[in-house]
Amino acid sequence: MAEPVKSSDAAADNQAIVSQEIRDIEEGYKAAVAAGQPRETQPRVDYPPYRSSILRHPTKSLHHTDPETIELYSPAFGHQDVHALESNLTIQHGGEPLGERMILRGKVLDGDGRPVAGQLVEIWQANSAGRYIHKRDQHPAPIDPNFTGVGRCITGPDGSYEFLTVKAGAYPWKNHLNAWRPAHIHFSLFGTEFTQRIVTQMYFPGDQLFPLDPIYQSIVDQDARDRLVARYNHDLTSPEWALGYEWDIVLTGPKRTWTENEAYGEQGDDEH
Amino acid sequence: MSTEKRPVPTPGQTVGPFFGYALPFEKGGELVPPGSPNSVQLHGTVFDGNGDPIPDALVEIWQADANGNVPNETGSLVRDGYTFTGWGRTPVGNTGRYVFSTVNPGPTEPGKAPFFAVAVFARGLMNRLFTRAYLPEDTEALENDALLSALEPARRKTLIAERLADGSLHWDIRLQGEDETVFLDFHAQG
Repeated sequence: MAEPVKSSDAAADNQAIVSQEIRDIEEGYKAAVAAGQPRETQPRVDYPPYRSSILRHPTKSLHHTDPETIELYSPAFGHQDVHALESNLTIQHGGEPLGERMILRGKVLDGDGRPVAGQLVEIWQANSAGRYIHKRDQHPAPIDPNFTGVGRCITGPDGSYEFLTVKAGAYPWKNHLNAWRPAHIHFSLFGTEFTQRIVTQMYFPGDQLFPLDPIYQSIVDQDARDRLVARYNHDLTSPEWALGYEWDIVLTGPKRTWTENEAYGEQGDDEH
Repeated sequence: MSTEKRPVPTPGQTVGPFFGYALPFEKGGELVPPGSPNSVQLHGTVFDGNGDPIPDALVEIWQADANGNVPNETGSLVRDGYTFTGWGRTPVGNTGRYVFSTVNPGPTEPGKAPFFAVAVFARGLMNRLFTRAYLPEDTEALENDALLSALEPARRKTLIAERLADGSLHWDIRLQGEDETVFLDFHAQG
């Protein structure tokens, strides 16, 4: 180890340097695809433009193995765990949060296109000014006393989820000088198997910050990246109330061979 | 090649720095109450490639009960003190250390080596990582384990927890570096 490792949070580089790195990696990827390499669907864990990843990614390739027993099942969640009102992020305090009210709806599907019913969906996000309630967020944007930015729900029999919230704001971070994250909502999801566990981020259509953001760009394939962007749906928009966005999530797998009972039986959340 | 079009999985993204007020929950790391009969501690530290502890990681475990049965009980988020749900989640502390209070998982099939299924999340880590922490005792089962026997000895030992004198299980997670933990891919990427 001759060369000292670049400090991960130094914010020493400017956007032009990081953007050039992002473009170089993308050009390399496009050339590889043109030469017959398979297209990528997941982010690269080794993605130096995101400085904090430099010391935090495995350098050895992931070891491919078949999942076994416990990994072929998923923890169970239900209405004991999550109250129905937890999907409404606008009623957690004494008053209405500031910002653009929005309905966010979608489905959780497995890799066979089958709905993931009765499973836990967790979200967290910045307020409309781009400020997280988290104590580590020192961005001098206002905290909204009426908005925490945490929601949970259990998917319906058709894999559907729905949240009522406000649109998150963009916020600055210290990856490099003048680094700004595109507005996003964090999602944590479970499938029917532990192997399907995923944490990701949902973005808003048409964000001008997309090309500049090393977290979004760590997914080097444009089609794959697009899968993180919600769709504005005017039919879901509620008159004089809230804008409607839709976003479906597809999990990997499944790997387990389903019994008939599982496939057609207890399909999740039937409490209505 | 199948003519049926399967949907392509949604990409993962980093858990970021601000999950701390959202994902952790009260008693998240207590699959059984600490100090209850047959409880064991599973504990360790999450390290980066410089060998420094990572203070903003999140660890989840999912396991069989002491008899090797796969739990199917809801209620993880509202620990009632007696239902064993098999799932736990805990953020690491400022020193990168995580602690679970749980039971030794039993073998899910006769002769199988018992292990905790583990998912690791951190700021700076682009996608969650899967791994396993095996119990060290049943050496014959460990020898015969499909995953472990496919690994070189130096790599294999990163997946086997150490039983300390107090009965607890010590298992560190190294995201990078010489003793990098073996992380798993269950789905050949495509």
